[in-house]
Amino acid sequence: MTGAHPMIRPAGAALLAFLFATTAQAAILKVAPGKEAQERLQSALIDAKPGDTVLLGAGTFELTDGLSLDVKDVTVKGAGQDKTILDFHGQMAAGEGLMITSNGVTVRDLTVLDAKGDAVKAKGVDQISFIDMKVDWSGPPKSTNGAYGVYPVSSTNVLIDGVTVRGASDAGIYVGQSKNIIVQNSLAHFNVAGIEIENSMNADVHDNLSTHNAGGILVFDLPNLPQQGGHSHRIYRNKVVDNDTENFAPKGNIVASVPTGTGVMVMANRDIHVFDNTISGNASAAVIVTGYKREIKDAAYEPLPRDVVVRGNHIGRNGWAPNIPGAPEAAALLPKPMPPILWDAATRFTRVGGAPVEEKVNVVLSDGPVLRLNLTDVNNLMSAKPTIVPSVPGTPVAEPKPVVLPPAQARLSKK
Amino acid sequence: MKPAFAASIAALSLLMMSAAPPPQGVDTARLMDAAPAPTLAAYRLFTDAGGRAPDAALTPYALNTPLFSDYAEKQRYVFVPAGQKGSYRPTGVLDLPVGAVLVKTFAYPADFRQPKEKVRFIETRLLIHRASGWVPLTYVWNDAQTEAVLKRAGARTPVTFTDARGTSVSFSYAVPNVNQCKECHALSGALTPIGPKARNLNGDYAYVTGAENQLAHWTRSGILQGVPADAPKTPHWDDAATPVQALAFAYLDANCAHCHNPEGAASNSGLYLEYERTSGVARGLGKRPVAAGKASADLDFDIAPGEPDRSIMIHRMESREPGVMMPELGRALAHKEGIDLIRAYIAALPKS
Repeated sequence: MTGAHPMIRPAGAALLAFLFATTAQAAILKVAPGKEAQERLQSALIDAKPGDTVLLGAGTFELTDGLSLDVKDVTVKGAGQDKTILDFHGQMAAGEGLMITSNGVTVRDLTVLDAKGDAVKAKGVDQISFIDMKVDWSGPPKSTNGAYGVYPVSSTNVLIDGVTVRGASDAGIYVGQSKNIIVQNSLAHFNVAGIEIENSMNADVHDNLSTHNAGGILVFDLPNLPQQGGHSHRIYRNKVVDNDTENFAPKGNIVASVPTGTGVMVMANRDIHVFDNTISGNASAAVIVTGYKREIKDAAYEPLPRDVVVRGNHIGRNGWAPNIPGAPEAAALLPKPMPPILWDAATRFTRVGGAPVEEKVNVVLSDGPVLRLNLTDVNNLMSAKPTIVPSVPGTPVAEPKPVVLPPAQARLSKK
Repeated sequence: MKPAFAASIAALSLLMMSAAPPPQGVDTARLMDAAPAPTLAAYRLFTDAGGRAPDAALTPYALNTPLFSDYAEKQRYVFVPAGQKGSYRPTGVLDLPVGAVLVKTFAYPADFRQPKEKVRFIETRLLIHRASGWVPLTYVWNDAQTEAVLKRAGARTPVTFTDARGTSVSFSYAVPNVNQCKECHALSGALTPIGPKARNLNGDYAYVTGAENQLAHWTRSGILQGVPADAPKTPHWDDAATPVQALAFAYLDANCAHCHNPEGAASNSGLYLEYERTSGVARGLGKRPVAAGKASADLDFDIAPGEPDRSIMIHRMESREPGVMMPELGRALAHKEGIDLIRAYIAALPKS
């Protein structure tokens, strides 16, 4: 036994030294509001080392330019989402309030106010988390507000938890071209789209409240982008209620095509499961399942929604005044009130310069009745021969597995 | 010889012998030090305090088609350590060795009609090639124009000049923070120079010794190897003899493609504007906006062929509003001449 001692001790000492080193390395860089907030805060975001926390004091930081963070594993933490305000009303440049280009970043416990463009963007990163934070644009919702509130794009492992966004002229919570995504416990209100998952794979969107937007929750897939073919999302246990803000998006944007008063809208994509949500108070429709209706100039793009399941939702009063932006004559064809579920039922599309493509399309729409538009071609709305059916049974589609984030990030989750 | 005079000569000799000669030449060790120098002077890239006289080891250069930066005049130099050479590449930036430094001073003459007079230096940017990769540093000049100090978190300074038409222009000039440097200078996350591509250097420069092709000059002075006889060439964006589409491609390459390429900061947009790219939709023709938000201004396409006024690209080039304007960094003013060029290019495209 005496021989074991000298062997254990150095190992123990080394372990102790290692633990000490790790704790000693993680520093807290405190920044208070006040004069030259821009330079002091930006300096902290540059000086931070991996593992550090940039701790922002209570009060309003008057910022004159966009901020940016490019150090991995840094937490940017305020004194509370109503206490620390990053105020960008005087922002003179940059396309976003805070731009993040490093892995493992967490932003939490603060408000981003009046960003000139997008509020917080993370591009091309792994493990990005937004926790207990707020994004707001002052005054009533307007088209000159920034496009997105929280905006992770081209990223993997995205956690959006306890986030509130108000006033975005596109989507409040927007996840684009990303993989492995959780959006939960969040509030999106008075945006054009409350929550939007676009050109992404494996998102769990649950236990959120999306209200007083033009559209509550959107799942879109668009052509001519580096990542497309979105699939495998679970949209569940959300409250998607009273989405009644007139669509105020600039009209060239795809969200400008979302009918005011839409609950959930699935465009293109496959393997999308919408269940156990409460959907009510949406004047156009509870759920819209549709193909991409514009010209297709992309040989790889799939415009039809496939393997979409809508089941077990608590559907209240919806669809009493449906509208279709730019196509009142098409809206006039719709029955009033609308059945809760609208499906274009298109099985054919044509790419520019190509022959028509016919596809077998499976959907499971249990929360009927369902209005089938029976389009002959996906982008020919006027070819609609609407029928109302009690449901569309389809072929059962296995639900995607729950999204699992890496352990360090999962620990941030509020559950 | 008078004793007093002899004594003063002796004193002078003594002084000259005892005082160490001032250090000469570029301080390559200081450039390679991971801790940036607090002042530009520490690197001895210039022989004067005001940064107007480059060390003899620096080679001035110009780009056929440069990035527009609020009409700033740019003085560019390349430094390659003695005994080393860069290597030619047909596409992308030249392969410059570790130790190389790109030096760029942003300056404004008081009046662009007398461009050599009353020139105010705003900032001098360095891109230093260390073993760990390229490192960006920015030094901002004081009002007295005697010292440039390190600014890592960005800065703003008011600038006023009289433009070439005699109009007074005032605006807030933004010195970028180091992260913003990376936003434009990153390819797949790694920092890289943008300007010194062979095709953008392939043109004459008026050296003090006379005009000479830059690639030939760099080869002759021993800082570049492997240049073929038929190196590609980007046109000068304002060369009236070149077809408008080639000029537009050159302009968009220099002003947009550092982000708008498949490995750049705007890769997610799907709008790609490298000089070599030909595909219509990726170049913006009939391409719908994705994440432009209010910047789309109720317009349907990035480029509506034949219709510049219905093209988002023109709207964003003309805008001076953050969140709308493009490029989103590096300018506060609109580039009238560049906009005129892109308008002419779009107007000449056949309507689809």
